[in-house]
Amino acid sequence: MKVEQISIFIENKSGRLAEITRILGEAGINIRALSLADTSDFGILRLIVNDCAKANSVLKENGFTVSKTEVVAVEVPDRPGGLSAILQTLDREAINVEYMYAFVERCGGNAVIIFRFDETDKAIAALQAQNFNMLEGSRLYNM
Amino acid sequence: MFFNEEFETLPRPALEALQLKRLQSTLERVYANVPFYKASFDAAGIKPSVVTSLADLQKLPFTTKQNMRDSYPYGLFAAPMEEIVRIHASSGTTGKPTVVGYTKKDISTWSELMARSFVAAGAHKGDIIHNAYGYGLFTGGLGAHYGAEMLGASVIPISGGNTKRQIMIMQDFGSTVLTCTPSYSLFMAEEAQAEGVDFKKLKLRVGIFGAEPWSEEMRNEIETKLNLSAIDIYGLSEIMGPGVAIECIEAKKGLHIWEDHFIPEIINPDTGALLSEGERGELVITTITKQGIPLIRYRTRDITSLTYEPCICGRTHARIARMSGRSDDMLIIRGVNVFPSQIEAVLVGIEGIEPHYMLIVDRQGTLDTLTVQVEVSEQLFSDEIKVLQALSRRVEKEIKDMLGVTCTARLVEPKTIQRSEGKAKRVIDNRKL
Repeated sequence: MKVEQISIFIENKSGRLAEITRILGEAGINIRALSLADTSDFGILRLIVNDCAKANSVLKENGFTVSKTEVVAVEVPDRPGGLSAILQTLDREAINVEYMYAFVERCGGNAVIIFRFDETDKAIAALQAQNFNMLEGSRLYNM
Repeated sequence: MFFNEEFETLPRPALEALQLKRLQSTLERVYANVPFYKASFDAAGIKPSVVTSLADLQKLPFTTKQNMRDSYPYGLFAAPMEEIVRIHASSGTTGKPTVVGYTKKDISTWSELMARSFVAAGAHKGDIIHNAYGYGLFTGGLGAHYGAEMLGASVIPISGGNTKRQIMIMQDFGSTVLTCTPSYSLFMAEEAQAEGVDFKKLKLRVGIFGAEPWSEEMRNEIETKLNLSAIDIYGLSEIMGPGVAIECIEAKKGLHIWEDHFIPEIINPDTGALLSEGERGELVITTITKQGIPLIRYRTRDITSLTYEPCICGRTHARIARMSGRSDDMLIIRGVNVFPSQIEAVLVGIEGIEPHYMLIVDRQGTLDTLTVQVEVSEQLFSDEIKVLQALSRRVEKEIKDMLGVTCTARLVEPKTIQRSEGKAKRVIDNRKL
């Protein structure tokens, strides 16, 4: 139920994002989902890609600091209150969301939200208990 | 272990008597042969004969780097050019370089002092000395080279640069002693790691590091990463080159300055007043055996202190403390004196921070600003903003706590701070003062 995400440290200066996407593109890596967290000095680019291990190694070869993180991809019903139901479940279990970002799944009509929790396993169990659908990593990578 | 036991362990009264005799003859010689010294002694109303004790040394005027520049290139030489067999020059980061000349005897003295230094550091005949100090006008390479040969060790004159080749040679040739700048040793460790070479499997036993100020914390870092005993060596081209002073491996506590050839003093850099034992100030050195370019009370601009306390190694020569910096490396930020080495000590004390850093000083309006650039290593990196921000704040707080200066810590991508294969550049001062 866990999805591998890679995070890359980037300095806040022009061309860094272009550089990363160029490296990934040349290595034949497809980006499935991304989010960029930024401060005035630096940013963290978080990516879900079709080949996490390869993305990790080509970026490291090019001198980037990269780390792998486990996140959870939850399918969110595309109707008012869809996300709220998920967050309420987590709140009841006192699970913190460190960050989240959404992307629209092309095959179904639902949205998919990527979550980073403080307690990943506990979050998965709580969401499963409420019958929320979580996407397998393999499905995301190959979408 | 000693290279020249008799002189290295000379009882203090005999050592001081020897110093006085050598000082007097040096003064006679410079007064007779160097117009600058004749003029400077005459201006102070002093004849060499007034020096009848070592304490009289303080009556003499100082020699400064500016005096050397004004005499560029050969004005301070005390021996005729026919007797000068070697010429070196300082890096001359500002203006013309300072030029020094050596007679045959100077080269042999230098070689001996460097050989003594190797032995004090724990090296011996049979060692394979990997000499990565630059060969050329800079005194580091050739100074260490001649000392290694006099010791009877096998010296690899690899010089600086081409780090991959350095690592290959260290591995294949079985180098046991490494000589280079401390910052370059860490750069080598980083490159070795990238190449998949484990320093722990190399035969290196001792590293002799100098030519830039470094901290005790950096020593620990180097000793862990390179798996060797790291020894601090001190020297400057004006006085001789490397081997003016060295730590003994027995104590690793202060650097023995070879007092049968140099007389050290510590002064207040602002007033020129002599400071007493243990007080921190500018190191002043008088050479008492040099022929090519003897210097009287040369202001080194290096900040340290002096102790005459006996050392467990048995050497009777005084020790200077680890340099906290060069008085001209010292930054004054909003009135606070800051040495880059102090910031380095704070940084390497924080887990995961690489000892590669850059200090950027600027002025906004009338206020000085200090930015400390730190590389984000894999070990430090978190994909959560708050963790990285907490790291920046920690760097800022520790620097504030230790040095009393407010700074901004800026995290930068790895390997973006310029690496140096010689002396590391740690400061960019953008202030237009």
